[in-house]
This record gives sequence, structure tokens and C-alpha cells, in this order.
Amino acid sequence: MTKIGLEIHCQLTKLESKLFCSCKADYRSFEPNSNICPVCMGLPGSLPILNKKAIEKAAMLSIALGCKIPPKIGFFRKNYFYPDLPKNFQITQYNAYGPTSIGYDGMIMIEDKEIKIRRIQLEEDPGRLVYSGSSEKTQITLVDYNRAGTPLVEMVTEPDFENPKQVRIFLNILADLVENLDVADPYLEGAFRVDGNISIEKGNRVEIKNVGSFRDIEKALHFEITRQQSLAERGIPIPAETRHWDEARKITVSSRSKEEEQDYRYFPEEDIPRIIIEKSLLDNLKKTMPESIMSKKERYINKYGIQTQVAEVLSSDKFYSDLFEQSHTERNAKEIANLITTDLKGFADTKEQREQLKLTPKHLADLADAVLNNKITRASGKTTLQEILKTGKPVSEIISSLDLGNVDDESSLVKAIDEVFIEEQKAVSEAKQNPDTINYLVGKVMRKTKGKANPSLTLDMIRKKLDSQ
Amino acid sequence: MTLAISISQYIQKLRDGEFSSEEFVAKTLERINKVEKNLHAFISINENAIEQAKQIDKKIKAKEKVGSCFGMPISIKDNICTKGMKTTCASKMLEDFVAPYDATVVSKLKLEDAIIIGKANLDEFAMGSTTEYSYFGPSRNPWNTDYVPGGSSGGSGVSVSALECIASLGSDTGGSVRSPASFCSVVGLKPTYGLISRYGLVSFANSIEQIGPLARTVEDVAFILNIIAGRDSHDNTTIESGAPDYTKEIDIGVSGKKIGIISEMVGEGVDKDVQSATKHAISTFEKLGAECIPISLDSAQHSVAAYYTLASAEASSNLARFDNLRYGFDFSVEGYEYNSYISKVRNNLGPEVTRRMLLGTFVLSAGYYGKYYQKAQKVRSLIKSQLVESFKKVDLLLAPTMPILPFKIGEKIDDPLKIYLLDINTIIANLSGIPAISVPFAMADGLPIGIQLFANSLQEKQLLQSAYALQKTTKLPEVPI
Repeated sequence: MTKIGLEIHCQLTKLESKLFCSCKADYRSFEPNSNICPVCMGLPGSLPILNKKAIEKAAMLSIALGCKIPPKIGFFRKNYFYPDLPKNFQITQYNAYGPTSIGYDGMIMIEDKEIKIRRIQLEEDPGRLVYSGSSEKTQITLVDYNRAGTPLVEMVTEPDFENPKQVRIFLNILADLVENLDVADPYLEGAFRVDGNISIEKGNRVEIKNVGSFRDIEKALHFEITRQQSLAERGIPIPAETRHWDEARKITVSSRSKEEEQDYRYFPEEDIPRIIIEKSLLDNLKKTMPESIMSKKERYINKYGIQTQVAEVLSSDKFYSDLFEQSHTERNAKEIANLITTDLKGFADTKEQREQLKLTPKHLADLADAVLNNKITRASGKTTLQEILKTGKPVSEIISSLDLGNVDDESSLVKAIDEVFIEEQKAVSEAKQNPDTINYLVGKVMRKTKGKANPSLTLDMIRKKLDSQ
Repeated sequence: MTLAISISQYIQKLRDGEFSSEEFVAKTLERINKVEKNLHAFISINENAIEQAKQIDKKIKAKEKVGSCFGMPISIKDNICTKGMKTTCASKMLEDFVAPYDATVVSKLKLEDAIIIGKANLDEFAMGSTTEYSYFGPSRNPWNTDYVPGGSSGGSGVSVSALECIASLGSDTGGSVRSPASFCSVVGLKPTYGLISRYGLVSFANSIEQIGPLARTVEDVAFILNIIAGRDSHDNTTIESGAPDYTKEIDIGVSGKKIGIISEMVGEGVDKDVQSATKHAISTFEKLGAECIPISLDSAQHSVAAYYTLASAEASSNLARFDNLRYGFDFSVEGYEYNSYISKVRNNLGPEVTRRMLLGTFVLSAGYYGKYYQKAQKVRSLIKSQLVESFKKVDLLLAPTMPILPFKIGEKIDDPLKIYLLDINTIIANLSGIPAISVPFAMADGLPIGIQLFANSLQEKQLLQSAYALQKTTKLPEVPI
């Protein structure tokens, strides 16, 4: 049986400052080595000062993943030499001598499958190595410490996944979850990194590292399964090793470095005294933390009668659910949910689209109300939305300037219906036999009125005309 | 003008116009120039000291607000960061290192208008008990320059004793303030862990060490402690102390106090002269109205082993950052692969530091952690709990600071274990976090003997009061150099 476990590193990108100093957690906009200070550079005499907000964010994540949270947490040093590591040790958490990391023994469900979370730990990100030079001879390694000290959570699962598809579903859920909790933006470059370990029946465990995007992990796992199976079929033992994902060639390559043999000499980081996690803090977090995706989904279904599929799409995307929460009333909730998940979707999916979006919650509310109050048809609603996205003008202005207002008065409709009855005689006689085909005629009237005809009124009038003939 | 004055005398004389800060600093520099070639207390001297003294004199003349140190010269152990001055840790590794910031203790002293006269010599990275392991050469004992001054804050002890400054800041990881205080006949305090910010102290064993003042009198130590103690937002391990005035009621005496004499530290292995000085100190305290009773602290016999395990473990990690990539000494990376560069660079660590890097790496490695590091932590807890028990029975504990008299430079350098054992009486304060003080008490063969007092955590006030009472009974010779 294939067994897959994951190690996910997620930066707490929503924090203001680094884990142990006041440099910016958002290092991406800085010139190399300009977002640094004596603490994150590990200068002699500097000491780490714990960012308490990081504890709260990580605790929220632990709660959301059903983890236990120990009454006291502590930090450890992981010792190894590497040029991106200013102190040549990383401050992290470690549970080998009892649980002292922010979370442990958690679980989330994916499609009726239980995925256990072994632990969640807070730690600092190292700096970044940048390679430059055209040939091997001229190659130089540059170090940028802007990232050093950025707060991270490492989440480690049990090897509960049976196939790469489950991994993909899990990671999508997890990415949505960290976004929904407002702990991280998982789509920022380098913010959400996944390593995997995988073994097939009777085979050794192989670690896969360096998977740049979390979408590539599925490909890497597929490759590994095929590779390991073909070894097994030929009777070749599968060595326990670490392999790196080669993004260009889409294959895994054995690492020459013997990382798995390294002894990290973990021991307590005494510069940061143990932190007591008060029950009151956890109670308060539970009360104030963003509602979970699951709970949102249930609320959308039960309270507003929103369709399950629509509720699922809406709740799992923080941007869309925020938009929904800010615009809906009890009456128009369902209409707005549909607007977002059918009409808006495709126009506000990427980060760029969202940043440039001209649509406001008020737009959505006004639009939904206009449809519900029969001021415009759903079809005109679509047109209005397109215009909002283009211009950002208020709904009422768009309706009047594009003349999208519903044709409600019977006299104008009579004219259109009469014309359709003349043009579509075959369909009219068909409709007399089979009332199910009436919609065809309604559609024709719609087209004639450029989608402005009040659909229920039109239907009524067509029915009456058919009956009278 | 004499340099042999206390802090309160300095302030009085300066106010009386007997001398200006500039004059006193100039005289001190003259003294340093004269004695340094024999003593080597300093690694570097502040070239701007006179200029800084002039500025303070100006403020005094203009009747502007002046800090409580009034331009008095203070030396700082060279493992405590000073902005704009080198902080070498007496190591080749930091030969050229200039910190871009002041340690919290240094900025506090500067705020009170102290003048940092120079950076004091030490054993490389504070690892040693004799100051012989300095990359820049040993310091010498002013009472006899053939002898070691103790260590690792040897330069601090020497500079205070030889009148090269008014007071000094050292650091005490296993006795490194108290040892030179005892060997150089000055007062040295190791405060409660967390009382003084370690921000800017280059870490050797961060869970164990504290910065501590050295001065010629107990009152002077209390004065400096007032300035440097207190919680610091740059150091998560600092604690709330209630900020008492340590100089107030310092002469309250010891009448009615119970003093425990640590049996394990006054008998076997202790030099005869040290033993008789200790006996004399006990009878002195009794005469002053204290009650002295023997107290057994049997866990103390494991303290040296536990200490060298834990301190080396922490050191192996704390000193890992010295890879010369971001700061350090002049040595180009050109032509080296990463690992070979690191190993080449780190070969520049001295013999004692290398020994502890190896020892510390070993005790933390997989399979040995439980056997050594965790076991040592158990000893540490045991010592702590035995001390807690003791302080239910007595107010203070007493032992000689050093078990032997100062010895000749080079005499023990080939036997590191013998040097480690010098810390046998001081280490319990570091492992448990309690405060301890060494007070000059006697002389034997022209060499100083210090008496050590311990108090419960945050009981510095009581500790200083008792040390003051003992000091008042002594009449010691003037330093011969």
C-alpha cells in the first residue's frame, strides 16, 4: 500500500514583523539585505525577542486543525551550518522530549478520509541563496538575509495519504484554511512550501524536497510512485533517501547531500523562556477567530438555503466569502451567492484580478436587489455586472444609461409577443400541444426586448395568448 | 590627586572642584600607560575618553542635568558590545568586530554619564578561569605580576585593582566575575539570573551567565547595580525585581542573620591559608551578631561536571555563528568551497574554545543527549532544590570564593581539569541562578583571599548588606603596583 506523508511550511504572511525581531515579515519588496537587524543577522550579543502575535496565529491554526495545545510551549535550537542561516542554528520547536510545540495530534477530514496532523511548530525561515554567474567556473553564491527570521509554521502529517489525488485535495483545503484564518496568503511566492515522503508496499521511505509550488507535489508523487514501482517490479530494493524535484525535467533526483544522516543536536533555546498558553487565550481565540470553512458552508446552506455546491465554492474562498458577508441581507443572500459563484467567477479569480476589481459589496447588494425586485432581469443582471467590472459605476446609473430596466408594461410586451407569434408559428402550434416548449417562445421575446422583458409577466401573457387562440 | 578612591569619594571630590572629569580621566590614562605593559588589563582603550570627559565637564559647568556617574572611568569586559569600539571577545574570530549597537548595560552607563575607558581582557569568549586563554595574551595579577589574576574577567579585576578605572563590568558564567575579584582583591557580584539584561553580552552559556559589576568597595558595586539592573525589552529572560535601591540601608549590619557555612567547600581540597581566612570570616560574622551553622550541599560535588556539560553544550551552539561570512577577521572566501572555508576559519578558535566546542557538540549528539545533557540538567535541578531548602534554614551561605591562592601564569595551563576544578565553589550560583558576591578579606604570602556569600534569588540587597558588614572589619594593604 502506498503511504504518503507531508511536511508543509507556511509563512505567517499576515504578521507585521519577523518571529524574533521587529523587521518586516513581508520581505518581498526589499532590496537584498535591507530588511535586517542585529537580531535576525545573529550578530554577537543579540537576543531573540518572541513575537507574541505569532503564537496567536499558530494557535488559531492549531485549533482549526483539531490539534491539542500544550499548557506550556518552548523553543529548541536545530544546529547545522549553512550560509543562509545567520546563527548556524534555527530556532524551532521539537517534541521528542514531550509535546512543547504549539499544536500536536490534530486531524482533518478529506472526502471521508482522516488525515492526522502529527504536529504544528513555529520556527524561523532562513535567508535565501541566490546563484549567479553563467558557467560553473564563474558561479557565485549570493546570500540575501531579508527572509531570515520570517515566521513559519511547519505542519507535519502522519503518512495517511494513499494517493497523490488525496494530497492535492488536502493541500487545497489547507491553503483555503490558512487564507480563511487570515494567517497567511498561501499564493505569495514561497509562502506555502510542501515536502513529501512516500513509500510503496515493503519499500523504504523516500523524501521529496524542493518542490517549488505546492501544485507540483502531485506530479512529483506520481513520478515517485512510478519510479518506485518499476524498481520493485525488477526486484531492486528502494533505498531510503532524500530526492529533489527537478522542476525543469519534472523528475525527482537523488540528493548527493546526506541530509538524512545529519545530527541536528536539538536542545532547548533558553533565550526564550517557556510560554504558558493560558486557557483564557485559547477561549478568546476560539471566540474571535475567523469562522471555519466548514461552519460557513453549513450556515450558508441552513440559514439561506444556498445550494450545497454553491455554498462549497463560496465558503472555501476567503475573498468570495468576505464579499458575500459584506454584501448580503437575509433576503438577497441566495441571489448574491449565485451572482458570485456563477457570474463573477472567472473575473475575480487571480490575485491581479482581485487587486484591480472595481466591484464593491454595495454593487453586489444593489444588483441582487434590482433582480429580486424585478427591476431588471437576470440576463440584464449579467450585462450590468460586466459593466460594473469595466467601469465601477453604480448599479442604478448603469441600468438607466444602458436602458436595461425591465419592460413591465403589458402594451410594449404585447407588441413583442405578437411579433413572435407571427414569426414562430411552428413553435406556437407546438407549444399548444406541449406546454414544456413555452420557454422557447419566452426566450424569443427576451431576445426581441434585448433581455429586458419581465420573464414571469411574459410567461403569463404568452400562456394567456395561447389559451385564447 | 589619588586614583584610589571610591565612587562616592569621586562624586564628592568632583563636586568640590578638587578635580574635573577630564583631569581624572587624564590621570587614569596616564596610569594605564604606566602599568599596562606589566598588567595587560585592556584589549583596547577608548581614544575619545578625554573628549567625552570634556563634554561632561561642560554640562557640569553649565549646571545642566548630569548623569549620576559624572564622567567616571569604567572598564567593560571585551565580550560586552560597545558601539563604535571593537568587541573582540579576546578571539581572533572577532579581531575586527565593531558592534553597531551598545549592550543594554553600556547604554545605561552612558546615559548616566559614565566614560567607557577601555575594553578589558578576558579568556577567549570568557572560557577560562585565569585569563591565560586570551588571543591577545594573558593579564597579570597586580599583586604579583608572575601570577594569574583569575578569570575569565581577569582584565576587569586587574583594571579595578590596579586603579585603571573606578569600576568594571564583567560576566560570570561559572565564577568569572568572582574569581578575578578574589584573586585581585576587589569586590565582584554575580547577580540573580535575569536581573541584568544580557543584550549585547556575547553569549557563551546563555542559560547560566550574567553580567556583573566589579569595584573596590561593596557600596560601589551596589551603586553600579542600581544603574544596570532591571527588565529589558531586548532580553526575554530578564525578570521583574521591584527596582530596590541597593545602596540604601547597606550599613544595616548582620545582627540576627543566619549564615550557613557550606561544609563541602571549606574542608578537603581547600588551601590552608584559605581555610584559616574562612574560619576568621565566620568568627567575624559571629562577632557582628550573626549565627553561623554548617550546611551540607552534597549535590555540589557534581556541579563542576554538570556545569561543563551544560555550558559547553550551549557554547557549541552559541559560537556556531562565527563563520566569518558576515563579520570577523580579514580572510577572503575566494577559492574556497563552503565547508572547507568554514573549517579553515574555525581553526582560528583557541585551544580552550575548541575543546569546549568538541565537548559541547559531543554531549548534544544523538544517543548522548540523555546520558550527558539531560543528566546534567537533573543535577542542576537537584542543586536548585537543595539551595531552596537551605534558604529555608538560613539567610545566606558562605564559602571561600576560590579554593586556592592565585598561582603562577602557565602553572596549570597544561591541565584543563585542574583549571575546571577552580570553579568548584562558584558554579552553584550559576547553575541555580542565585546571586553571589566575593569580598576581599585577607592576604597570604602577599596574595589576596576573597570570601564568598550567596543569597536567595533577588536577595541582592541582603547580600550586599552582609558583604558590607564583612568589608568594614577588614584592613587590607594597598595594591603594590
